Amino acid sequence: MEPTPEPNVVAERQARAAARPQDTRPQDGAESYGSGTTIFDANGISIYYGSFRAVTDVKLSIYENEITAFIGPSGCGKTTVLRSLNRMNDLVVGARVEGDVRYRGTPLYGKDVSPIAVRRKIGMVFQKPNPFPKSIYDNIAYGPRINGIRNKKRLDEIVEKSLIQAALWDEVKHRLKASALGLSGGQAQRLCIARTLAVEPDVVLMDEPCSALDPIATSAIEDLMKEIKSQYTIVIVTHNMQQATRVSDRTAFFSVLRNEESDTRTGVLVEYGQTQQIFEDPHDPRTQAYVTGRMG
Amino acid sequence: MATTPQQPAVDLREPASWRRTKNQIMTVLMVLAMLLILVPLVFVLYTVISKGAGIISGQFLTASIPPNVLPASIGGMGPAVVGTLEITGLATLMAVPLGVLGAIYLNEYGKNNLLSRFIGFFADVMTGVPSIVMGLFIFSIWTLHFGFNGVGGAFALACLMLPVVIRSSQQMLSLVPDPLREASYALGSTRSRVTLTVVLPTAIGGIVSGALLAVARAAGETAPLLFTILTVTTTNTDVFNGANTALPAQIFANASSPYTGAQARAWGAALTLIVIAFILLVVARFITARFTKVGR
Repeated sequence: MEPTPEPNVVAERQARAAARPQDTRPQDGAESYGSGTTIFDANGISIYYGSFRAVTDVKLSIYENEITAFIGPSGCGKTTVLRSLNRMNDLVVGARVEGDVRYRGTPLYGKDVSPIAVRRKIGMVFQKPNPFPKSIYDNIAYGPRINGIRNKKRLDEIVEKSLIQAALWDEVKHRLKASALGLSGGQAQRLCIARTLAVEPDVVLMDEPCSALDPIATSAIEDLMKEIKSQYTIVIVTHNMQQATRVSDRTAFFSVLRNEESDTRTGVLVEYGQTQQIFEDPHDPRTQAYVTGRMG
Repeated sequence: MATTPQQPAVDLREPASWRRTKNQIMTVLMVLAMLLILVPLVFVLYTVISKGAGIISGQFLTASIPPNVLPASIGGMGPAVVGTLEITGLATLMAVPLGVLGAIYLNEYGKNNLLSRFIGFFADVMTGVPSIVMGLFIFSIWTLHFGFNGVGGAFALACLMLPVVIRSSQQMLSLVPDPLREASYALGSTRSRVTLTVVLPTAIGGIVSGALLAVARAAGETAPLLFTILTVTTTNTDVFNGANTALPAQIFANASSPYTGAQARAWGAALTLIVIAFILLVVARFITARFTKVGR
């Protein structure tokens, strides 16, 4: 089932593995996942929409080849934080990020950083499946094409490989030229995942990818996430706490902080740790209230 | 579950009120309004077809325009047909690309900045300029310096079409859902690529049909042409030199003549013009339907 990665990707990964620093993760649980390399390092970021401060002072590190889940009530800013990781917030008029967030050590919001280059490395899957009104094939080939791949044979290989990775190949291999809009919701979402994987990103950000799907399609996508995490780093926003416990290695719990005096609200990171610890032994009473269903 | 006969009857009938009566009154009013609109349309079509159909022939569509005194069986409207096609065609070449590019700027690049609000405002003002004023404007800046020629007429028509093309294209672009743009950005597209590969293909059906409607509209304009191309009776295939003629201008000139031959030619020209506009409309419908089927 697992397709062989491209040779250059393998070489790149080996080089990365060789250059890996010591595992610096807080080992608060018994298990250890992934390689231990830090992918994202947010050191106290605040995100604003105009004068509204959506998120305040978020500190967290996200590690390679792990699945990190963001959970929390609506309006707590988890999607905002997620979208700041590949600079999708740049598209929102008035949005700005304060503070330091690094991707593999490079400041994401540095002066010379191009959001285009960032997004080629850090892909995103959205809440609602959003296939282009093109054929299934053209949807997958879209990313490779904008990266300059024109060779038909090469594109065929990428399309097949990505669809196999996204567990969609068997369902669509006979109708690659058919419109992607004819797919069901679950298929369309897997198509969107395949489209993201086709550009071979380093990180895949997922914004509630299963919220519009039924349990069977959800489970297909969760299996797919576990399958591909050996090759990618995944960050997922979810409203479904069972989903976080099923798929994620680490969980960040966000909540809303109300300021009664100025009547404002902002999102804060309450607790971040290994998923098992967050759900079984939360240190913060707010986390405990949320994961046990007493709030939110 | 057994039914319980003791249950009190529930009254599910419509409560006594004006609602039904109002509904009936409104339905009748709407049907009347539709008939009211149909009356002039059917009347115009009937008159033009009954008076113009008899004169239409291959000769009528190609032969030169004879002096007004000659009977309807001699000569035709060839120069006007050619003039209308070349002047409207040239105006389309000027207005449609410019208008579509303008709409792309307004919707994709300018968003709500000062320049785009400025352009949008003046496009709206331009829509309100009477066509005869537009003719006078071109007359003063073009015709006075370069004489009567087809290009002047095309300029005048293009000025009339431009705001319509801008506004209709912009509307179509704004209907393209943002998630599609985001999907493309998330794969590392630049703004120009998002526009070219996602936004334009999605909106193209609507843009084309909007443009064709503007063309059909311009083809029927008389006033701006009287100032800029004059009217001649022989075919002028050179749009850059010499006076020209067009169907609306010939309808005006011939219909106001006292000779029955000229009046018959005016009816024939009117029918030809309606048929040209009708063909454009059908093509517009066809394109919209076709692209919407594939697109959505």
